Amino acid sequence: MSTALMSLATSGDIPSDTVEPILTQITASDAGGIFEFMWLLLALPAFGAAVLFVAGRRSNAWGHLLGVLMAVIPAGLAIWLLVALMGRPEESRTITQHFWDWTFVGTFNAEFAIRLDPLSIVFVLLITIVGGLIHIYSVGYMAEDPGRRLFFAMLNLFLAAMLLLVLADNYLLLYLGWEGVGLASYLLVGFWQYKDVAAVAAKKAFVMNRIGDVGLSIAIMLMFVTFGSVTFGDVFAAAPEADSTTMTLIGLALLLAATGKSAQYPLQAWLLDAMEGPTPVSALIHAATMVTAGVYLIVRSNAIFDQAPVALNVVLAVGLVTMIAGAWIGCAQDELKKALAGSTMSQIGYMFVAAGLGPAGYVFAIFHLVMHGMFKADLFLGSGSVMHAMNEERNMRFYGALRGVMIVTWITFICGFLGISGLPPFDSAFSKDDIIAAATSQNWFAGAVTIFAAGLTATYMTRMMAMTFFGKARWHDDAHPHESPQTMLWPMIILSFGAIFGGLFAVGVIGDLNILEWLKPVTGYEEAALEVPHWSLEVITFVVVIIGIVLTWMQFGMRDVPQAAPQHVTVLTKAGREELYTNTWHEELLMRPGQHLTRWLVWFDNKGIDGAVRGIASGIMGIGTGLTRTQTGYSRRYALVMVGGFLLLVAVFFLAWWF
Amino acid sequence: MSILTLMGLIPLVGAIIVGFLPMKPSQAKTVALIFALGAMAVAIIVGFTYDPSSADPFQFVENTEWIPALGISFSVGIDGIGLILIFLTTGLVPIVIIAGWRDVEDAEAVNKTKSGSVKGYFALMLALEALTIGIFISLDVFLFYVFFEVILIPVYFMIGRYGTGRRSYAAVKFMIYSFLGGMVMLAGLAGLWFLSIEAFDGPNLYLPDLLAMEIDPTWQTWLFWSFFIAFAIKAPMWPVHTWLPDASGSATPGTAVLLIAVLDKIGTFGMLRLCLPLFPDAAQQFAPIIVAFAVISIFYGALVAIGQTDMKRLFGYISISHFGFIVLGIFVFTTQAQSGATFYMLGHGLSVALLVLMAGYLMRRKGSTQIDDYGGVVTVAPVLAGLFLVAGLVNVALPGMLTFVSEFLVLVGTFERYPWVGAFATLAIVLAALYILLLYQRVMTGPKRESTAGIKDLNLRERWIMAPLVLAVIFLGFYPAPMLDIINPAVDNTMEWVGATDPPPTIADATEGGNQ
Repeated sequence: MSTALMSLATSGDIPSDTVEPILTQITASDAGGIFEFMWLLLALPAFGAAVLFVAGRRSNAWGHLLGVLMAVIPAGLAIWLLVALMGRPEESRTITQHFWDWTFVGTFNAEFAIRLDPLSIVFVLLITIVGGLIHIYSVGYMAEDPGRRLFFAMLNLFLAAMLLLVLADNYLLLYLGWEGVGLASYLLVGFWQYKDVAAVAAKKAFVMNRIGDVGLSIAIMLMFVTFGSVTFGDVFAAAPEADSTTMTLIGLALLLAATGKSAQYPLQAWLLDAMEGPTPVSALIHAATMVTAGVYLIVRSNAIFDQAPVALNVVLAVGLVTMIAGAWIGCAQDELKKALAGSTMSQIGYMFVAAGLGPAGYVFAIFHLVMHGMFKADLFLGSGSVMHAMNEERNMRFYGALRGVMIVTWITFICGFLGISGLPPFDSAFSKDDIIAAATSQNWFAGAVTIFAAGLTATYMTRMMAMTFFGKARWHDDAHPHESPQTMLWPMIILSFGAIFGGLFAVGVIGDLNILEWLKPVTGYEEAALEVPHWSLEVITFVVVIIGIVLTWMQFGMRDVPQAAPQHVTVLTKAGREELYTNTWHEELLMRPGQHLTRWLVWFDNKGIDGAVRGIASGIMGIGTGLTRTQTGYSRRYALVMVGGFLLLVAVFFLAWWF
Repeated sequence: MSILTLMGLIPLVGAIIVGFLPMKPSQAKTVALIFALGAMAVAIIVGFTYDPSSADPFQFVENTEWIPALGISFSVGIDGIGLILIFLTTGLVPIVIIAGWRDVEDAEAVNKTKSGSVKGYFALMLALEALTIGIFISLDVFLFYVFFEVILIPVYFMIGRYGTGRRSYAAVKFMIYSFLGGMVMLAGLAGLWFLSIEAFDGPNLYLPDLLAMEIDPTWQTWLFWSFFIAFAIKAPMWPVHTWLPDASGSATPGTAVLLIAVLDKIGTFGMLRLCLPLFPDAAQQFAPIIVAFAVISIFYGALVAIGQTDMKRLFGYISISHFGFIVLGIFVFTTQAQSGATFYMLGHGLSVALLVLMAGYLMRRKGSTQIDDYGGVVTVAPVLAGLFLVAGLVNVALPGMLTFVSEFLVLVGTFERYPWVGAFATLAIVLAALYILLLYQRVMTGPKRESTAGIKDLNLRERWIMAPLVLAVIFLGFYPAPMLDIINPAVDNTMEWVGATDPPPTIADATEGGNQ
């Protein structure tokens, strides 16, 4: 028993009774070539951020160019790394690079070390390519902003932290990246600090994420007391040995962390507020990358969740609830970005559903995550382009008929629409259908809900499309919409290619990469037995999506949209507008009692504890109000009394010793 | 003469020169800075010559007779724990002198009355440094006690003569609290002295000798508490904390930094240096009670901090919360938690210095400590706001900062011993984010306001004196090895004296059980 475990722990292998093939970890220096330069992925954006933060106004002229460079070079490096990784045999695609011992005391040791494997390279590609495009877009979007250089510093900081999050070789280092992206998100949501709403939204996002961090902290502690290590290899190798209660607790703690970061119910309330940040931030951080970190955490920890079926079921439940809740909110919001944020919640809900299915779904969670990263970034950049044209108006009720004046934006938005809605052969048609099939095979109810959510997706997307680009112009009098500059359009165009062809590429119709085969060695895969033919689900989904599109088009595309939001609406719409009243119950249940508690404690500290102290002091000294009078002359008298008391005490001790 | 004695003497001589030789304020400041830098230079030499891998628990030991009849000697020496605090003290004093260059004049402007002389302020600062070093290097319990008591004098005058607001009240309150603590400790010291007579056939207060002394459980209980109470007041822990918010609220920024960042560490240092090694059984026996009080301190300090309207008092309450973490780390008896607690002492010192000095810059510009008097500062002083945020985030213990490493080690070490306590204490990280970000939001963000429109951004001196602090907290946040290498062996010694070991991982347990 113990020797078996020892050999497992030392080699870092995954036990043979699971579906994974044996993986070996290879150090970067052994792998050689480009792998020795993995550290540049982190170092370049970190360097960019440091220079731009410290250099100050001097770098205003060229700051954005440095920022773009520090994002684009890692993207090139990532592609090179992918090619190099593809050239290696399947079982030796886990490359680690050790830098230094970071936090170590006794048997606790978290190294500063990174790990590149088929899972992390997928994220690295997504982060650097989408991130690079959004950096380029931001050059145009933030051109007029006096703080553009600072904006790029923060974007670079975000890239460095996000790459650390997905490359970390242990959970504590992952926590560093996890909190780093949280910091970048805080800074960027509150980028326009002179706006009170932005400052409050930034704080709210950070504090709610901290609640999730409690989960991550506890998970790491549990891992250490259970396995004596927090390194991925050690933890995953020993996971099958642990008892299921512990694994369930670790799984639930990780889920809490993921729920906060990925804006899942009930910690989702910060995401809609976070739309106060500049739109490139919403696209990069609050759609394509950071908010999906929770999915990464769960899939990365698949060895733990495999041992914790209860935790997996909770993941599934959270995903189902958020999938519907997000879509519901997305259908009711009038601000374009907030509707998109609801959609993000809902799509990440899909990923949670997939992850909650266990080995049958991990791969599809990542698949959908990558697809979502492309089409949602495309949609958000489109929304930024629209807002740019409409004097920063966010409310779709003042848009309409924009297809005539912003043709490129309109077409790219359509591509995003096709990507998200699940119509074949575009992105979601592959990833979402895989999730629906996997869910149906395990649980009919979950399958039905995912199909229903596909209908809702089509509904809110059609509503956005119709209200923004079709119908009559409902613009403000001073709005003179125009197409955005080239630096903004090209990233949108490239991302729309991703939204259209991404799915075909990922399943191997174009090119020879198959995401399922690629990820299997890391995530494991068990094909779930489906009782109905696969195509029947596709047909049902297709019909539901078409119904959603047609019904919504009849409501918003064929009728006039009033500028003022109608007041006599269904309970459902009202709840959607109010974000399902989450803020209300958070306030009533947590914020207000908390405020009362702090106020009461302040009173108690001043009157209770300090009052008692003052009372005792006055009593002992017999000077009455002496302490509240502030003449220093009294201190001599106190000193005398004290010396007397001290002598008495010494005498007591002396007597005690004597007898 | 040991290099340690030299290190303590330099600021002492400086204090005498600055205090008693006639000189202009500007000269006094420069001379004080030179002596502080001298002490720092010696500390750096000590740091480089200190051998962490040595088998001797104490290094640079010097043992000179003082009052042999009473068993009292002038003995100095340090271990890794003391060395870390020496780094903190000698590193901070020059920074505080430069950052507090105009502390006295600023306080006079607020009070609209004269404070004490400028050179007196800087002389007291050096005296405080000398005495603090004395405490960290003492190997004789009586010598420790003498420094512990005498240090009250410079602090009393620094608050009472040079502070603002209700400074006399705060100074007297500080004095009474500390004196009470000192009195209880002296009683304990007397008890220890009597016991040593029996054990060594004559009085002996030399710490390395005392470590070998067996003390019976009843005596351990009494002596443990007499020392612990003194240190708990100094640290300070709930419920004997109410002097700190008053003191930090009335002190000049420079004084507040030295008071909270350095002087308060004497309390937690004393617990590690005296309470644990001398009375190990009592320490283990009463650990659960102390852990409970530490956890109360953590949450109480944080919650009351959220409700504060005065910035300087808020910093006092934040520190009460952080001291809760340090005491928690000391008394759960795992190497992770204890190393974390020691590292936390350094981290807390640097983080408080950053926050108080940054707030000091802000308050000197407007002459108010009330949070509600501010708002929208970022629109007129972006560098000030940015550095204030950095200082705040260090106090949040954001990963990437030194404070994260220390706080996480305390938490994980606590979790090993008492999982529920560790898990519960982790909730405090949410409160930390709240008290800092609420403060930042209220003071710095929002639209430009008339009331704060006149606030100027930091000048070069103010900006660059923060650089070493910021660099230190970030560098050690990513690469804490230089400090952990010093701390870990010292903590191993302490754990050995206490007779505690880390609980093994449960999986290893199960496997071993399976073999039997």
